[in-house]
Amino acid sequence: MSHEHVSNTKRIWTVFGLLSVITIVEVIFGIIKPDVLHMNSFMAMSLLNWLFIILTLVKAYFIVWAFMHMEGEKSTLKNAVVLPVIFLVLYLLFILLTEGNYIYEVFKNSTIKWNF
Amino acid sequence: MEATVTTANSEEKTWGGGNEPMKASYGKLMMWFFIVSDALTFSGFLAAYGFSRFKFIETWPLADEVFTHFPFMHGVSAPMYYVALMTFILIFSSVTMVLAVDAGHQMKKDKVVIYMFLTIIGGMIFVGSQAWEWKNFIKGEYGAIETKGGSLLQFVDKEGHRVALADFAATLPEEREQLTRSKGKWFMSESSLPSYSVAEVQAGFKAHPDLLIRTEVITKEKHKTILSRKDSELRLTQASLVVEGANLTHNEYGSKLFADFFFFITGFHGFHVFSGIIINIIIFFNVLVGTYEKRRSYEMVEKVGLYWHFVDLVWVFVFTFFYLV
Repeated sequence: MSHEHVSNTKRIWTVFGLLSVITIVEVIFGIIKPDVLHMNSFMAMSLLNWLFIILTLVKAYFIVWAFMHMEGEKSTLKNAVVLPVIFLVLYLLFILLTEGNYIYEVFKNSTIKWNF
Repeated sequence: MEATVTTANSEEKTWGGGNEPMKASYGKLMMWFFIVSDALTFSGFLAAYGFSRFKFIETWPLADEVFTHFPFMHGVSAPMYYVALMTFILIFSSVTMVLAVDAGHQMKKDKVVIYMFLTIIGGMIFVGSQAWEWKNFIKGEYGAIETKGGSLLQFVDKEGHRVALADFAATLPEEREQLTRSKGKWFMSESSLPSYSVAEVQAGFKAHPDLLIRTEVITKEKHKTILSRKDSELRLTQASLVVEGANLTHNEYGSKLFADFFFFITGFHGFHVFSGIIINIIIFFNVLVGTYEKRRSYEMVEKVGLYWHFVDLVWVFVFTFFYLV
């Protein structure tokens, strides 16, 4: 038995509150879409989208660390689970989004206009 | 660290099994690695969605114009509220799940039963909500015209508000029968006909000089382009199909790929929720009959809990990439 059996109820409710607040903030931003964030972009993506993605990653962190109780696991387990996912997802995103953007430019600038 | 200590202390036990270098039982470890592979599967789907979206970045549908329904609020545009509610339901069922795990650690059977029951109910409400969302998406709201080139034309009034086909399409004295297998010359049939023919929409558009056409192209202000009346009339001559609602081949909201990915990714996630509910029900009955009480360990609840949280985790990403970004 690796875990001491103390009740974590308080922490669970705190994390629930936090996740709810983040979701509400996301929805509010999604409805208002403030121009400052919506119209300015960083690395070809609007600041608003960056905000959504960062908030989502924060939520993901709390779900994995608090709800799935990753914080109580050995660091070998943490690394074995988290690092491959992060590495492979970043790699996949890099390669697919670059390719998608390239195809967009082909449609836009060359003679091919539409290709199903 | 721990692994080296284990090896040093019990050399003859190293290959004999029974040691847990990661200090997690076999079942739990395998659940974690299943989750890793499933997470990569979902990442593949979402990355493919990103690929297609980047490919058609200028014509992709705007999500807050697609998902605007809320139960019992007809005709009110309520973007995002419903799926935010769905997110809450799923997060809350995650909370009850983790409370069940917590109660299991303290060997409190009654509490585990109550919390697992709540988790199952939450999951069922979520799947039901998703079915409702699909229903609205499939049914559509305004209807649109697809051109010969495959792009989509929607109708707006002078202020830029969407207008439904039903509000302006003319009724022409024409009969067109649905082709069914029984009447086809070969194995031919077609899906149900749209409520209006292309000619009826064109005639109706001519009779309403206030109407304009909105194309899929997104402007610098991040709205869809609205054509002038003259351009609108010109574009409408290229019409080839009336599209109402969405399916895997046509989609009144815009890019066909959007509907394909929506059905596939939310469907795959919904299937995960469904299997999660089934597994939860099995474990729930095991708890009821006291299997884990006899085992003196509620670790099985913890393992299904991991799966359930993972389903919640995936939804958080689906929510962001389909509804927010």
